[in-house]
Amino acid sequence: MRRLRLIPDKTKIRFMRGRFAGIIVSVLLSVLSLGLMVYPGINFGIDFKGGIMIEARTPQAADFSALRQTLNGLGLGQVQLQEFGSANEVLMRIERQEGGGEAQQRAVNMVREALAAKVPGIEIRRVEAVEGSVSADLQSDATLAMGLAFLAMLVYIWFRFDWQFGVGALVTLILDVTKTFGFFVITQLQFDLAAIAAILTIMGFSINDKVVVYDRVRENLRKYKSMPLRELIDLSINETLNRTVNTSLTTLLATLPLALVASGPVQEFAIVLIFGILLATSSSIFIAAPILLFLGEKRLGRNAPAEAAKPAT
Amino acid sequence: MLYFAPWKVIVIVLVCALGIVFSAPNLLTKEQAQKLPSWVPHQQVNLGLDLRGGSYLLLEVDVDAVLKERLETLLETTRQELRKARINYSDLRSGDKQVTVRLRDPAQLPAAVDILKKQANPVGGSGALGLGTGRVDLTVTSTPDGLITMVLSEEAVRERASAAVQQSIEIVRRRVDATGVTEPSIQRQGANRILVQVPGLQDPQRLKEILGKTAKMVFRMVDTAAVDGRPGPGSEVLEADNTRDGQPSRYVVLRKVEVAGDMLTDARPSTDQNGQPVVSFTFNSVGAKRFADTTRESVGKPFAIVLDNKVLSAPVIREPILGGKGQISGNFTFQTANDLSVLLRAGALPAPLRIIEERTVGPDLGADSIRAGLIAVAVGFALVFCYMILAYGLFGLFANIALLFNLLLTLAGMSLLQATLTLPGIAGLLLTIGMSVDANVLINERIREETQLGKSPLAAMEAGFNRAFSTIIDANLTSLIKMLLLYAFGSGAVKGFAVTISLGIITSMFTATVVVRLMMSTWYRRRRPQMLVV
Repeated sequence: MRRLRLIPDKTKIRFMRGRFAGIIVSVLLSVLSLGLMVYPGINFGIDFKGGIMIEARTPQAADFSALRQTLNGLGLGQVQLQEFGSANEVLMRIERQEGGGEAQQRAVNMVREALAAKVPGIEIRRVEAVEGSVSADLQSDATLAMGLAFLAMLVYIWFRFDWQFGVGALVTLILDVTKTFGFFVITQLQFDLAAIAAILTIMGFSINDKVVVYDRVRENLRKYKSMPLRELIDLSINETLNRTVNTSLTTLLATLPLALVASGPVQEFAIVLIFGILLATSSSIFIAAPILLFLGEKRLGRNAPAEAAKPAT
Repeated sequence: MLYFAPWKVIVIVLVCALGIVFSAPNLLTKEQAQKLPSWVPHQQVNLGLDLRGGSYLLLEVDVDAVLKERLETLLETTRQELRKARINYSDLRSGDKQVTVRLRDPAQLPAAVDILKKQANPVGGSGALGLGTGRVDLTVTSTPDGLITMVLSEEAVRERASAAVQQSIEIVRRRVDATGVTEPSIQRQGANRILVQVPGLQDPQRLKEILGKTAKMVFRMVDTAAVDGRPGPGSEVLEADNTRDGQPSRYVVLRKVEVAGDMLTDARPSTDQNGQPVVSFTFNSVGAKRFADTTRESVGKPFAIVLDNKVLSAPVIREPILGGKGQISGNFTFQTANDLSVLLRAGALPAPLRIIEERTVGPDLGADSIRAGLIAVAVGFALVFCYMILAYGLFGLFANIALLFNLLLTLAGMSLLQATLTLPGIAGLLLTIGMSVDANVLINERIREETQLGKSPLAAMEAGFNRAFSTIIDANLTSLIKMLLLYAFGSGAVKGFAVTISLGIITSMFTATVVVRLMMSTWYRRRRPQMLVV
């Protein structure tokens, strides 16, 4: 029986040769992402910015200019219209209303009434209205969750491996997450609570990958006492390459239908996840491993871990 | 590797069987599931509001208003008490959590302080009276030059706010129940917020209107002495709730409250002699007596029925009303008359409520989401299933069977815990499919490697499981930590995502290792292959 092997067995790709290129490209992309976060900036959704979002389905293809005119006529400030899914599904975003929850609710009512009058048979499928105080809370909760997630990962990896592994994983995570932010800016996808869930999931997936590679590095450190760290890391990456590719692929295969079938926020969530899976897979090989090499070239393996015996050389 | 104690096999098979049994009710409709006899598992996964449609309303109790009210009362009683005791003062004012007053004659200081100390209410301890603690909500201090400061204690402010929120929840519950919606959920959230979740509501407009009203109703006299609509010292101008032809749009009304709405025992919608919708009300004995007194004294004068500082109507009293019953004839429709009755029966909110977050999903969108979610899960599962067989053959099939049980156990766990499945939760389910085969990918790759090193099938399988195990634990634990954080800090639908993935991870640790191992060992004992092809 022939097996599907995307990566041939016993590859000997010398990944560490590209260690500088990998890290430099990654850092540049992350710096660029940080720049993009400043300008043009992340497209924050109503969860974090406050405001109103209304999803409606019109009986015929939506007449956007008429809808825009109707909504602008209400004097509710900035109104964004967007088609999604099909020609008769409209997503309306209205900026946060001054004057708190009451003003917000009044605006929702005005829009409902105006739409019903202008487009007979319109179906309001979803209404979300978030006030400033709520979005501020959600913001601080999200920041806290992200910060704690970083910390928990650092501590866990540190505890299970050596500090070099912990730092390597943390730096890679920071690089991964900044690039994900950059992805949000470039695609102008809505950044809301689901985005936080997506980023935490990507962090989890990314850490999984690093754990697998690091685990093999640790095992090989014990097994090949005299092998230079550079070769040893290359060997470990090659040995785990099939697993890395297969796991990324199964996760991709599972997420892909969601990106294709779903609509709205869930579709955006799936798109971000797919980006994250590709990102995390490459960062295990090109970032996390080289960092380990830089941090550990002098110490790791050749004299550091308690489990490793004295160097044979 | 090879040997499983019989009891272990039984436990493993039993857990898998329970997974099937407890996830099965989800195949039925809700009605069918409820008809099942009670000894059959009948619990189904709760669908989140984003899947079944409904409204999620986060309300905030304006606790500052409660504090403000207490300060205003304090100000008013200080004014009255000092005047009664003939103590002259100047500059009586309320500020941040305090009321200050300056006496004209510092010699009267001890007497004034004594009087004002009596204005304090007990706080803390058990029961409304705060018995036993001896603490009061007010500290009265004075300076020799005649300045008296009354400060509300932090504890008192907190206690008052907390009581207001508690009472608001009760009233919100009564109001929501009165609207006749099914399965509403009302919970306190944080210090001063109330979360109302109502499934299956197409348009929450009416519910929002009912919740947004404070419904403080009072009966006050119209100030007939006012000239040209200008209020005197004891009166104020109030707007009419609904302006009708031939009726003024604003009234000058005396500040003094004759009878308050909290003395009502009942309110019902009905019709007057002209067939117009009205609200009929009944006072309790105290209210009835006061209402009788007031109407007896003021025959021929108009009184105002004021709801949330707006005049509903201002009829002229034709004769004393002694029975404690009356009618409010505003500009009602049958709907608004009914709504007002609901509000009056449920009672007034101790403080205004604001809707600070609303998320409403129409039932059609929910049904569409469920359909899209099911398709995505089915296609995702099929893709992973095929890939695993192509990549690992028989061992891939084992992993797929384990994955199926993984999904069933997750579903069973969610049904048993009555966890809520949300749209992000479905995404989580898909992610679980992708990630939980990771454990089997790790194991299979390892077995493959060991076989290539020349190990016997048994030794290779043994090594595969043992070596991959710590990696699997590490990988799953890190994911689990993330999801717990997400659960702790996320809200609503995102929490659903965290719950689904967490259950998926936990059950996958069982299915991907233990169940697969049992399958492999059974297969090996039957076939005794000389060579492994992984």
